[in-house]
Amino acid sequence: MSDLQPSQTDLGFSDPDPARGHTPRWQAIAIPIVSVLIAFALGGVLIWFQGVNPFTAYKVLFESALGSSEGLLRVMQKSTPLIFTGLAVVVGLRAGLFNIGAQGQLLVGAIAAAWAGYSLDLPPVIHTLVAIGFGVVAGAIWASIAGVLRAYRGVSEVITTIMLNSIAIALVDYLASKPFKEPDQPLSRTPLVAESAQMPTIGIIPTGFLISMIFAIFFGWFLLRTTQGFRFNTVGLNSNAARYAGIGVAGTIFLAMAVSGALAGIGGAVETLGVTYRFEAAFNLGLGFDGITIALLARANPIATIPAAILVGVLRTGAASLQFETGIQPEVVDVILALTLLFVAAPIVSKYIFRRRGGMQTSVTKGWGA
Amino acid sequence: MKARWAYSILAVIMVGVIWSYTVDEIRTTSVLSFSLRYAIPLILAAMVGIVCERTGVINIGIEGQLLMSAFAGFFGAAITGNLLLGTLIGIGTGMIMGAFLAVGAVTWKMDQIIAGTIINIIAAGLTSFFYAQGYTLPASVPIIAIPYLSDLPLVGPVLFDNGLFTYGAIVVVLVLQFLLFRTVWGLRTRAVGEKPSAADTSGIGVNKMRFLNVTLAGGLAGMAGAYLSLEAAGTFERGFTAGRGFTALAIMIFGAWNPIGAMGAAMFFGLTQGVASQLQADEVVAIPQQFINMLPYVLTIVLLAIVAGRVKPPAAAGRPYEKD
Repeated sequence: MSDLQPSQTDLGFSDPDPARGHTPRWQAIAIPIVSVLIAFALGGVLIWFQGVNPFTAYKVLFESALGSSEGLLRVMQKSTPLIFTGLAVVVGLRAGLFNIGAQGQLLVGAIAAAWAGYSLDLPPVIHTLVAIGFGVVAGAIWASIAGVLRAYRGVSEVITTIMLNSIAIALVDYLASKPFKEPDQPLSRTPLVAESAQMPTIGIIPTGFLISMIFAIFFGWFLLRTTQGFRFNTVGLNSNAARYAGIGVAGTIFLAMAVSGALAGIGGAVETLGVTYRFEAAFNLGLGFDGITIALLARANPIATIPAAILVGVLRTGAASLQFETGIQPEVVDVILALTLLFVAAPIVSKYIFRRRGGMQTSVTKGWGA
Repeated sequence: MKARWAYSILAVIMVGVIWSYTVDEIRTTSVLSFSLRYAIPLILAAMVGIVCERTGVINIGIEGQLLMSAFAGFFGAAITGNLLLGTLIGIGTGMIMGAFLAVGAVTWKMDQIIAGTIINIIAAGLTSFFYAQGYTLPASVPIIAIPYLSDLPLVGPVLFDNGLFTYGAIVVVLVLQFLLFRTVWGLRTRAVGEKPSAADTSGIGVNKMRFLNVTLAGGLAGMAGAYLSLEAAGTFERGFTAGRGFTALAIMIFGAWNPIGAMGAAMFFGLTQGVASQLQADEVVAIPQQFINMLPYVLTIVLLAIVAGRVKPPAAAGRPYEKD
């Protein structure tokens, strides 16, 4: 019974005592940074193979993202849903769940918010809040399908959330092409959301970005300082101990999954109401997988999702100009992110550079329970 | 009990197929051929899962392994101008991806789900970065009609008039069934997956066995990937494995970690998809295309919910082995 053994989970938030195999705080910060640097170096080699000077390429990438106020605005717009999907994955990880379905939850959240945004007639601010509420509920319901099956039937959330991603992609495609379609034009997209539902940009800072940071800080507090947060962590670290302590494990798992889905749903809603102003089929694929990278890069720490998401946001923003100015495929960014994930999650950097025994391990495998 | 259940479903399907064959020969044959084509990569990918989990390693990275080997197989064949070479490159790539999982999950004792997810993300990144348009295969995979058998009504054109990979997949299932339950290798593999400490005590190198099996299983993923790009599609597109690697895991569970059982489950999947597509194409039912596309995924979730708790996974699947 693996559950009876002392947990291997070390996400960098437990007792920082190296003698007990935990990660000292400075390494919890240093390992992701070194991982990112190595990934960039290898990405540079890849760029060099394509016949482009990697330094030029990286200069183009970062200058286009950070060198102008439009670039910065784009970075913040891109980072906003990423902070939410990163948080969604983090909340799941802390409760021992691997939510690979942030993508699907984000999509249903986005289309629900779009519908509320264009079809309801409400005063400003309230309209925005109601539309976000639609996104929250849609995302939470979508994740709860996997949550119920995991909590009460023991079906692995890994497979169900992936399946729900594919179902969500087909579902929103249908909704955007038939019932929610903007009439009298050929594209699969909803009408524009009403002005009363749109989220403003203050100076060059989108309101959605501010909200996402507030959520990240709130969840940092929630997981560390509240009873419910403690339940999440306990179930994630050792569900048998949690049961023995009188925590309703199934209920906690269900709740954690719903909260996780709600967060991804807000991500979709905020993207719709603050950036795209409508839902367009296939407009934001890939955000869910970035959420996994961000959550692991942040070592399941909610506040650390902010810098992790901004890093990903910078790369995604710069990727477009990279192709335009150097001819390199923008997918080089996907490779860099995948390598970053590899170095952060695999004990390569921690073992061979920081000479740690056992490395920093994140653990979510619970078997299939089938 | 379970077997009786499976046999009754099988009997109902057989009666249905024969009845439908007497009504409309051409459509029935085409639906069944479609179903088989749909099932083949799922069968092979489920075998990957079975070999890995029977030996105690959860492989959530099958999707990425399929994608990489489909990519390597296609471009290998297109660039060398040789299908056989492309196939071998695909299988080799699958084994490299298998070894990659083995290093993470067995050598480094990483969390197996995270190790597999990394494979998926890396595969998606690399294949979309290196993807290039304008390549075509030198030839299509030879279709071989088996003499006499292919002349049989119904089963002839469906089962005995196929490309080489299709026969290969069915042979793999039968061989694997034999190997797992009738050979020393199979016994050791299952021992390592059920009770690694006991296997270790009796002198079996647990982690060596796991490393070997996960790598070899990668070769099967390579075969499935090569089937997809070389035989089934004849091309490669970004992300074109479309979640088959994950569906295969569900199929492995329905098949109760048993090769022939998983083959049956995959064929059932294929049949459902085939019938639904035909009904939609004939406009018998007015279902939007998107709902037809959803079908395999919905079916996966529904069947997982049904079988949950009724089949037992290998006891040590998902747990790295460390000597006490």
